[in-house]
Amino acid sequence: MIAETRDGGFTETTYREAVRTAIREALLSDDRVFLMGEDVGRYGGCYAVTKGLLAEFGPERIRDTPLSEGAFVGAGIGAALGGMRPIVEVMTVNFSLLALDQIVNNAATIRHMSGGQFAVPVVIRMATGAGRQLAAQHSHTLEGWYAHVPGLKVVAPATIEDARGMLSAALADPNPVIIFEHVLLYAVAGKLPAVPAPISLTGAAVRREGHDITLITYGGSLPKTLAAADSLASEGISAEVIDLRCLRPLDTATIVRSVSRTRRAVIIDEGWRSGSLSAEVAARLMEDAFWELDAPIGRVCSEEVPIPYPRHLEEAALPQAAKIVSAAHVALGR
Amino acid sequence: MGEFVMPSLGADMEAGILVEWLKRPGETVTRGDIVAVVETDKGAIEVEIFEDAIIDRLLVDVGTKVPVGTPLASLRTIGQAGAVGPVAAAPPGAAAPKEQATPLPPPSATIVRPAARPAGMPAAGDATRPYASPAARRIALERGVDLSGVIGSGPGGAVISIDVEKAAGATKPRAAERGPDLAAMRRAIGAAMARSKREIPHYYLSRVIDLTKATAWLESANAPRAPAERLLLQVLTLRAVALALRSRSGFNGFHTATGFRPSERIHIGTAVAIRGGGLVAPAIHDVDRLTLDELMGRLRDLVARVRAGTLRSSELTDPTVTVSSLGERGADALFGIIYPPQVAIFGFGAPALRPWVVGSAIEPRTIMTASLAADHRVTDGHAGSLLLADLDRLLQQPAQL
Repeated sequence: MIAETRDGGFTETTYREAVRTAIREALLSDDRVFLMGEDVGRYGGCYAVTKGLLAEFGPERIRDTPLSEGAFVGAGIGAALGGMRPIVEVMTVNFSLLALDQIVNNAATIRHMSGGQFAVPVVIRMATGAGRQLAAQHSHTLEGWYAHVPGLKVVAPATIEDARGMLSAALADPNPVIIFEHVLLYAVAGKLPAVPAPISLTGAAVRREGHDITLITYGGSLPKTLAAADSLASEGISAEVIDLRCLRPLDTATIVRSVSRTRRAVIIDEGWRSGSLSAEVAARLMEDAFWELDAPIGRVCSEEVPIPYPRHLEEAALPQAAKIVSAAHVALGR
Repeated sequence: MGEFVMPSLGADMEAGILVEWLKRPGETVTRGDIVAVVETDKGAIEVEIFEDAIIDRLLVDVGTKVPVGTPLASLRTIGQAGAVGPVAAAPPGAAAPKEQATPLPPPSATIVRPAARPAGMPAAGDATRPYASPAARRIALERGVDLSGVIGSGPGGAVISIDVEKAAGATKPRAAERGPDLAAMRRAIGAAMARSKREIPHYYLSRVIDLTKATAWLESANAPRAPAERLLLQVLTLRAVALALRSRSGFNGFHTATGFRPSERIHIGTAVAIRGGGLVAPAIHDVDRLTLDELMGRLRDLVARVRAGTLRSSELTDPTVTVSSLGERGADALFGIIYPPQVAIFGFGAPALRPWVVGSAIEPRTIMTASLAADHRVTDGHAGSLLLADLDRLLQQPAQL
């Protein structure tokens, strides 16, 4: 069912397959786990993540839902309160706005409102981001909105390892976890250890070590940032790349440690600049690393426009490797 | 926007090493201010600026060797907004600050371009505040480094951590490294003199001058003076050369690719020997307009600074003519080699008591051989003879000098 080939302890796979493998593993290992969402069953998922799971696990555990995000996310929260471990798939972050009340007012608050009597161990997965010519209503990047809310954990797996490993860690968490999967990452191919090591849900990761500048990013912007770091390396500029991984809580210690060494930072965030997660990261650096800085902190964000439909305009609106390289040059004074 | 460039401090100079910046971005400089120190074959030279301006950006790092003519700093005219200071300071109608003042990649709205200079910097009273990063400030505080003396390599010329670390690690090079590299100076003298001999058709004249009146006048003039204020014979000869040149323009100026250009002003390159070997001939400016006492002061200052290795760029580039005096213990006569692009050099041998015919008698007189080497492309021996005769006549009336 899942196309995997063994190769010296590593498995050739894709981000999409890694998510599917993680869901399947969760379903196999814990009876309380079930998957619920629009088109996850018969259609196999809008992004083909859940293809084949209905046939393997049946309609009780792979549940197609009506087009009503408020209803099925609320149902997932209720199931979690009732002792289940639901994985709720919201097709994209764009549609999650219809479920904001359930997520922000219920999932995030019930433990607090109940004086600790009730936990909400729900996992909500959703696709996010632009880059597929889906126009302004289907290209949002709203991770920063969710990362604003106490009571939620917000993660953004940017690598195949994290796509594979973060789900089980999220299900093990007694509180609600939101997983953002960038639409451009699903097709990314790579290798995974045949037996993956357990992965922590929180904490940032240094994806590339360097000493001249720190590039801080997450999610779908990680490949662009790594490409920018390659380009900078060809000029003799050594860029460290940090993948935030977990957007709430933020791993301030890791970014402060890196920037204290490189003394310069550029934050790459597909969200709009105003009030973005990049603003929060920049503020943390100001609070905790001001005396380590050699240059103002740079940011590469999306243009402050509804994301355009035409390809050339969409590309121009989003962070790209060339923009990241330019921002690094500014920070380095070159 | 102007530029402050690596000067040519001699016909033989092709490149120089920037040793020290004495001004910082944002500082206002006036004509004649010393802006930088440049290491040349003649030693460390203090380089002056020749306009009133504001230093905009420093373009060359300390320790860098750059060819003559390379821009070392960009300048802006006073009142013009630039990389430093608030834009609001620009007068109405002044050009907007040019992008080249802060060379940055092409604009893109998503790249949040940090202000090249702090936008919130107060307009007044803070112009000399060092523009330094937070890290540079912290390290400077910890290691006791004065930020105002550190040259920035960061965005917009900001002082950043590595600059402070370098400054803290390095002993101040200035005093220790001053003073010429004699081997390099010898090579430079050789190159300039070879070029002169190759390119300039010299002719040589000499005239034996009776200095009895001049030395007698000097003796009486010095009698009431404290030793430190006494005049040297060299002051009289320099002054006489300057006055003689006033009416003989073919000996004072520069010969370049476009021909001879006489100079209105008379800046005499005064050859000064350096202990241990080596020779420089920095200018004393406008010798024809100085009193003897002023000239003596300049001469003392010049000799002291040659020994200390603190010459200024204009002193090396400005001489319009050269005088070389061997002094009392020197040889009888000296025939010089013209220092390009000048066209004449005077040589004064050692004055000595000699038998001399005065009227119909032989008397002991103080005699000195004066020589002139001049450029045949500009003048002939006849004109040179007249010049030496003028010089002789002037030295016979020392009170008029």
